[in-house]
Amino acid sequence: MTASPAPSEPPVIEFRQVGLTYPGPPPVEAFRPGDLVVRKGEFITVVGPSGSGKSTFLNIAGLLDTPTRGSFLLDGIDTGRLKDTERTTLRGRRIGFVFQAFHLLPHRSARENVELAMVYGGVPRRERPQRASEALARVGLGHRTDALPTRMSGGERQRVAIARALVARPSLLLCDEPTGNLDSGNAEAVLQLLETLNAEGITVVLITHDLAVAARGRRTITIRDGTLSESEQVGAC
Amino acid sequence: MLSRIGEPRDASSQPDIGRSLFAPRDLLAEALAGMLQRPARSALTMLGTVLGVGAFVAVLGLTATASSQIDDRFNVLSATEVTVEDIAHEQDKFAGAAFPDDATDRVERLNGVRHAGVLWMVKPRRSAAELAVTAAPVGHTGGEALSVVAAAPATLRAAEPRLSQGRLYDDFHADARQRVTVISSGIAARLGITTLETKPAIFIGGQPFTVIGIVEDVQRQPDVLLSVLVPQTTAVEMWGRPTEGGRMLIATDLGAARQVAGEAPTALRPDHPEYLKAVPPPDPKSLRTSVTSDLEQLFLLLAGVCLVIGAVGIANTTLVAVLERTGEIGLRRALGAQRRHVTAQFLAESGTLGAFGGLLGTAIGTLAVLVVALIRDWTPVMHPVTLATAPFIGLATGVVAGIYPARRASSVQPAEALRG
Repeated sequence: MTASPAPSEPPVIEFRQVGLTYPGPPPVEAFRPGDLVVRKGEFITVVGPSGSGKSTFLNIAGLLDTPTRGSFLLDGIDTGRLKDTERTTLRGRRIGFVFQAFHLLPHRSARENVELAMVYGGVPRRERPQRASEALARVGLGHRTDALPTRMSGGERQRVAIARALVARPSLLLCDEPTGNLDSGNAEAVLQLLETLNAEGITVVLITHDLAVAARGRRTITIRDGTLSESEQVGAC
Repeated sequence: MLSRIGEPRDASSQPDIGRSLFAPRDLLAEALAGMLQRPARSALTMLGTVLGVGAFVAVLGLTATASSQIDDRFNVLSATEVTVEDIAHEQDKFAGAAFPDDATDRVERLNGVRHAGVLWMVKPRRSAAELAVTAAPVGHTGGEALSVVAAAPATLRAAEPRLSQGRLYDDFHADARQRVTVISSGIAARLGITTLETKPAIFIGGQPFTVIGIVEDVQRQPDVLLSVLVPQTTAVEMWGRPTEGGRMLIATDLGAARQVAGEAPTALRPDHPEYLKAVPPPDPKSLRTSVTSDLEQLFLLLAGVCLVIGAVGIANTTLVAVLERTGEIGLRRALGAQRRHVTAQFLAESGTLGAFGGLLGTAIGTLAVLVVALIRDWTPVMHPVTLATAPFIGLATGVVAGIYPARRASSVQPAEALRG
């Protein structure tokens, strides 16, 4: 692991009193106003029991939901000022998602699944296979580019999903329980892959309910009842 | 297809986000992939459109085919045949025969005429014995009850005969008023003539006529096969001019018949064209088989019903696909797809289904028209417009059917779709 990035690195995620209340009745305060700064090159884990607001955090950070209070800056861009279509574009360009359920298209090969991340980003058609193959090689699946997800193990599928998240060269890798559906061996491989990618400079935010997984982060944010609290992990990994 | 930062609310501090794109080629590729994911379901979904468009094409094709069929009576032979009738006695009792002696020359000078010649049935002046046809000069008193027809050499040519033996008489025989005759094989058999090598003669009213040709068959004026044919000049010399009942047979080039029919009376009798009545071949337009438009409309209505059923099928399948693929929709939205991209994708999928159904329906409809035409021995006729529009009807059906499911797809909340 690299050392924690210097405070001089630009922030990727910046929460300024971000809060989200679902209008009622009765109104539900899903996310209480809080501050958070995640700088470029960091590896943070977000942990909390189910129902604590982890998903709400993911939705806000992933631009899938809009906070009702405060402002959320992604790469310094105030997302509260953007139109819905602009948020969608920003999401596609700057955030790579890794889901617990992989969300791979079952009838497309690994490479085609990875290429999908470039369809909406305006990457020229002829460049896509090459870039997809490179991304798959980076996650150690250079030999499985033509395999269908249905013929892959869970670990391989998650690595395809990570390749898909990487291929658009995002600022942030947002992982939602990436090891939730994997056995311990595959989970370990995926975590090591994420650590390797982080070491190469990619900012990783990993959301989990598993404390052992959470301990892998350089910083751990705990969410409880919709409230953020930070505890520095020292000597993790 | 692109979204930019809209109004420059704070252009200096907001860097350019870029654009979300969905190139038409990608759209088509995604639509095809979506369709091929479940080939059996896609095929079944298409069925309604296939039937609808197929019925549409078949109905229009069969109507066009049937209505352009021409009656059996109309063929190349009848289209090139003109007869001119002598109606002089109807106009003027004392007019005599309307055809001049040089009738053949006058008409054959017209454009488009191949052969033209007069013919008439010879009538006895005093008694029927004058025209009794026998195989021997003595013996049979009554003779065979055969008619004698005077025909110009050109008339025989115009009738397009097929000779079994010998030859036709020609202008030399006519000019020299030779007593020669051409008979049909049937008459030859009745008269006991089997070969021309013995130079047989028949006797008309006791006068010998050398048989120089036996005709097996004629293409035109088959009634002459029942008669003994003699040159018209010989007939005039022996039995006089016909008073009435003369007519002219004209063989024309294809397409020239109506023109020739218009010109012939004047060419023959510039002084009294009204003495002659030219009968042109029937107008093909008047011989077309008409298909009642009621039936056609009924079938088109059925085609429309099929299309509606097809549209409902596509709508239903696409809706199911949207519900099934909520996760995929969420993923695409997470990957930067705008709502309109999702709408476009599902519209393209249903449109592709409809278009394929339309193409298949067009092919099947055309095949149906071809088969029917083949069975009925018709010439298949398809209007290019029908063929060109049919696949688009399928496309339109698919797109219309996809509107509601596509809207449902675009309203999928990615956050919810991606959960689990």
